[in-house]
Amino acid sequence: MTAPPDDCLARNEWICGEYLSSRRQILLDAVVQHLQLTAVSVLVGLVIALPLAVLARRWGWAAGPVLAVTTILYTIPSLAMFSLLLPVYGLSAALVVAGLVLYSLTLLVRNILAGLRAVPEETRQAARGMGYGPVRLLLTVELPLALPAAMAGLRIATVSAVSLVTVGAIVGFGGLGNLIYAGMNTYFKAQVLTASVLCVVIAVAADLLLLGVQWLITPWTRAQRG
Amino acid sequence: MNTLTGAWDWLTDPANWAGADGIWHRLVQHLVLTVVCLVISCLIALPVALVLGHLGKGGALAVNISNVGRAVPTFAVLVLLLLTPLGKWGEGPTVVALVLFAVPPLLTNAYVGMREVDRSVVRAARGMGMTGRQMLFRVELPLSLPLVMNGVRIAAVQLVATATIAALAGGGGLGRIITAGFNLASTPQVVAGAVLVAVFALIVEGVFEAAERLAPYWARGPR
Repeated sequence: MTAPPDDCLARNEWICGEYLSSRRQILLDAVVQHLQLTAVSVLVGLVIALPLAVLARRWGWAAGPVLAVTTILYTIPSLAMFSLLLPVYGLSAALVVAGLVLYSLTLLVRNILAGLRAVPEETRQAARGMGYGPVRLLLTVELPLALPAAMAGLRIATVSAVSLVTVGAIVGFGGLGNLIYAGMNTYFKAQVLTASVLCVVIAVAADLLLLGVQWLITPWTRAQRG
Repeated sequence: MNTLTGAWDWLTDPANWAGADGIWHRLVQHLVLTVVCLVISCLIALPVALVLGHLGKGGALAVNISNVGRAVPTFAVLVLLLLTPLGKWGEGPTVVALVLFAVPPLLTNAYVGMREVDRSVVRAARGMGMTGRQMLFRVELPLSLPLVMNGVRIAAVQLVATATIAALAGGGGLGRIITAGFNLASTPQVVAGAVLVAVFALIVEGVFEAAERLAPYWARGPR
């Protein structure tokens, strides 16, 4: 009989290099799942939110109901949201994505709408005077001017989604949340801490990435300041 | 539709309402957790925010805490606290995590509310010979009340959500009905629990909405 190895894994320490090297593949898979769930949810949310915001802007009466419904959806706690969608999607990644989409809708619709509303009336009239039709006005004037506000909403939605994905562990599709959940049940400190830190790193990285994208696609905001 | 009728049957079965795992007990746990943590968070955040707002310092700090807080997964913090020595102390980890997540919105909203009070009004108050304390309590606080209350509302709704997730990490509250349903592979119970949580959250939101509408005009804020 050999003596058990006396490393940080055996001592169950919070920070453990041995854990990182021996479970690299598991961690990598969890990160990839986490990124996929976040990216798909936010993108689907964006695809749905954009027309909703444009419609709410075009027809004023639609704004109230759209904002009310998305706010009500946002009020429902994430665990309950995933559970309510369970009969529809079963235990699947689509369940987590659907839940996260509903959350990102509130933030995105609100911000895009605020951005569209902030476009000065003079600007719209000038464009109309230059012979712009409603579609061209929307695509080349209103939407670009709404970009800064929309990007602010997109950043908040993305960061929130990264953190909410972890709750998906309840149905087995939680990315790094799966590792946290499993680590909790086995009292595995290194796994819980590593996965938690990776979550925050992903959130911060995603935020910085979007900030960079915003910098690239809104050159006119820089010209004003400089 | 089968799941919905199953969930309805589960909800209307009196056996599921009684006992330590029953709906009533979980409901009370959820409510107590939310209220206690809301009071603690207010006691911590509001004095700090009001003083900082009055002095006009630390705004970047308040906003940054709030932004960083969004990036930290609630579930991860709950589990981390559970694995520390605090975990042995019953609902300790839950209460600490809940307070941790409720403080940032309170802090930011109260601070911003204080700073958005019209500066000329504050100067007029000073010109009338008001002391700092009088200015804070008679001028700035009443005028910033709508935003302060908005922070309380956001914090309360967030507390309800966090208390639900706490059940994943062994805490009490309505979320336990959902996690128990998952363990029993009973979809009707999961859905029934989710409906209870959703209704609870919407009622909390509704109470604040009603309070806002019924409040005297100066506490309502611009609409």
